[in-house]
Amino acid sequence: MDGMALIIGSALLMGLCMLALLVWTLNSGQYDDLEGDAQRILIEDEAP
Amino acid sequence: MGAVTAEDFSAFVHRAKDGSDSFDVAVRGARCANCMAKIEGGVKAIGGVAEARLNLSTGKLHVVWRGDAVHPAAVLGRIHALGYEAAPFDAAGQMDANDAEGRHLLRCLAVAGFGTVFVVGLTDAVWYSNGDIGVHRALFFWLAGLVSIPLTLYAAEPFFTSAFRALAKRQTNMDVPIGAAILLALALSVWQTAAGGAETYFDAAIMLAFVLLVGRYLDFRLRDRAAGAARHLVTLQSALARRLKDDGTLETVAARELAPGDRVLLASGERVPADGILEDRDAEIDVSLVTGESQPVIAAAGQTLRAGTINLGRPVVLRITAKMDDSLVADLARLLEAGRQTRSLYIRLADRAARAYVPFVAIASLAVFAGWALSGAGLDVAVTNAIAVLIITCPCALGLAVPAVQIVATGRLFAKGVFVKSGDALERLAEIDTAVFDKTGTLTLGTPVLSNEVPPKVLDLAARLARASRHPLSRALAEAAGPGPVAVHVREVAGSGLEAEIDGAVCRLGNADWCGVTSEHRAGELWFRAGGAPAQRFDFRDHIRPETKATIAAFAPRRIAVEMLTGDHAQPASGIAKEAGIARWRADVGPAEKAARLEELRKQGHRTLMVGDGINDAGALALAHVSIAPGSAADVSQRASDLVLRGDGIAPIVEAIDIARKARRLVLENFAFAAVYNLAAVPVAALGLVNPLIAAAAMAGSSLIVTLNALRLARP
Repeated sequence: MDGMALIIGSALLMGLCMLALLVWTLNSGQYDDLEGDAQRILIEDEAP
Repeated sequence: MGAVTAEDFSAFVHRAKDGSDSFDVAVRGARCANCMAKIEGGVKAIGGVAEARLNLSTGKLHVVWRGDAVHPAAVLGRIHALGYEAAPFDAAGQMDANDAEGRHLLRCLAVAGFGTVFVVGLTDAVWYSNGDIGVHRALFFWLAGLVSIPLTLYAAEPFFTSAFRALAKRQTNMDVPIGAAILLALALSVWQTAAGGAETYFDAAIMLAFVLLVGRYLDFRLRDRAAGAARHLVTLQSALARRLKDDGTLETVAARELAPGDRVLLASGERVPADGILEDRDAEIDVSLVTGESQPVIAAAGQTLRAGTINLGRPVVLRITAKMDDSLVADLARLLEAGRQTRSLYIRLADRAARAYVPFVAIASLAVFAGWALSGAGLDVAVTNAIAVLIITCPCALGLAVPAVQIVATGRLFAKGVFVKSGDALERLAEIDTAVFDKTGTLTLGTPVLSNEVPPKVLDLAARLARASRHPLSRALAEAAGPGPVAVHVREVAGSGLEAEIDGAVCRLGNADWCGVTSEHRAGELWFRAGGAPAQRFDFRDHIRPETKATIAAFAPRRIAVEMLTGDHAQPASGIAKEAGIARWRADVGPAEKAARLEELRKQGHRTLMVGDGINDAGALALAHVSIAPGSAADVSQRASDLVLRGDGIAPIVEAIDIARKARRLVLENFAFAAVYNLAAVPVAALGLVNPLIAAAAMAGSSLIVTLNALRLARP
């Protein structure tokens, strides 16, 4: 049963980590301008 | 733009804690990577600007700087100079609120999705162990509860809030039984776990929240696209104006601050900031955006110019007669607003059904609870069966019936070049019996095209002058001639024409008087004279679109009456109407009259589709039962309408109507299925034959069937 606790615990931890990552991407506005981001890659970088 | 002096944009500037200032600008007309690079690069080039980022989806430019180095007016001036219209963005605007709502729903959806997978994993372990799990069952249940309760309460927040809001107003909505079912399932599960019972419904609660959130998010995405018309109308009004002071010097002020009596200098190509009287000399004015008239008009001194029109000729002085808020563009914004409110009275079919359904669900589950409790089966059995009824009758198949079909129909139309902006637009499009078309730019191409044969040599000479002017007819002439050289020192006389010296001969391009000839027609023609040679006439006509005739002809078999309303004069209107095959038409119709005609049709009980592209159509578009704007339409018209055609042609309209009618049939099928499902499921649940988990699965299954039915629309 110790192994079970380990598996369930780590699964919960990993799931929560992924959830936190997703919420972070959401809050940092990465889905706010999908159209703009798609176009933005076409802009030439300025010369370094 | 000239020198920019201090003006009060401070209300729009937001100061962050770290001392940096930010300023949001609504930019109109940016559509591609090029525009984005141009605008961001141009604004960043202003000394002191730390950051400039344009959101292409919303048209919002976010500018950040430190200290007082940058003046907001300089930012607006730079964007104007780059050829885009811009206005300060109202920080407390509707869009920010919408953004926040969308993010919140996505967060809830993510939380519910994770919770569903995890909790179902835990509880399934118990179900499939067939009792082998023994003493660990309680541990698994507590663990499931530990994860499920906080996640469910968080994820179901949109339902709780909405249900609470309805209850506070002594009303019910779909979210009331949903909220009750979720809370009851959690409470019963805690009780069962504590009492060492064999069944919990932590998984049912969070699965319910997840499935419902999917529907809610799809619905939100559709509604979100519809928002924002009035906000963008603001950018059509000039943000800045150059006021003439008494001593003859100029100062730049916000157009909002102009008061009646102020004198304003209007440069060539500038938009009139507020209604005013032309003071010194004749001016040539592009009124197409306000009245729909395709030809520029000559305004004499003393005539009133409307806000939103453009001065095509030399700089003129204007005496302001009305504040900006009282101007025509502001009136149009109000018309738009009025149309939106009339439309929001249209109650969604699903809501109507749900409203009648909710009391029934509540009464049914209460009756089931009372029945089982009175029959002496024990309180836990009574509660379990009552919850099963609540869940199994959860109207989410009903809730998905509409959005699922809309999403599929919208996707299919998008592939065909039709952009559906509001979720219920298709429902309304399916109901129409009358179609009203604008002429210029909708049935016709909207741009004048050279229509007579001209010797190539003369065309070449005339084009050298025409390329120097932004007059629509000059542009059409330059277009016909193709690329080539421009004459030097071209002089432009507003209301008359152009003059320049080419190879020693004085060449004139303009109206008949300007070239010393007499002509019966005035509009739609140009004359050209090189030195002493005889004058050459250039005829221009607005051509009907190639697909117009076939499109109009397709309406009759679908039992839709067609009508044309145009701000243009009767003579060109009758020609176009005849060519397009439209029997009913009216000419010389202003924006308010267009809106009045739409209102009249509505009062007669007709459901009207309005197709139009000018700003003058915006009010009518907003008032119509449903509205479509071609891709070339003015931005406000696109924003005011329910559907926007991506290309320029109008052929996809017929296809959109067909898909809308098919979608309506599928929605009705979905409703019928949801009704049958509930009629069958309620007795089964009431008799105690299903537990809440099976109820949740049945509910999810019914949602799935509704969704699959909607997907039938994706097939041609």
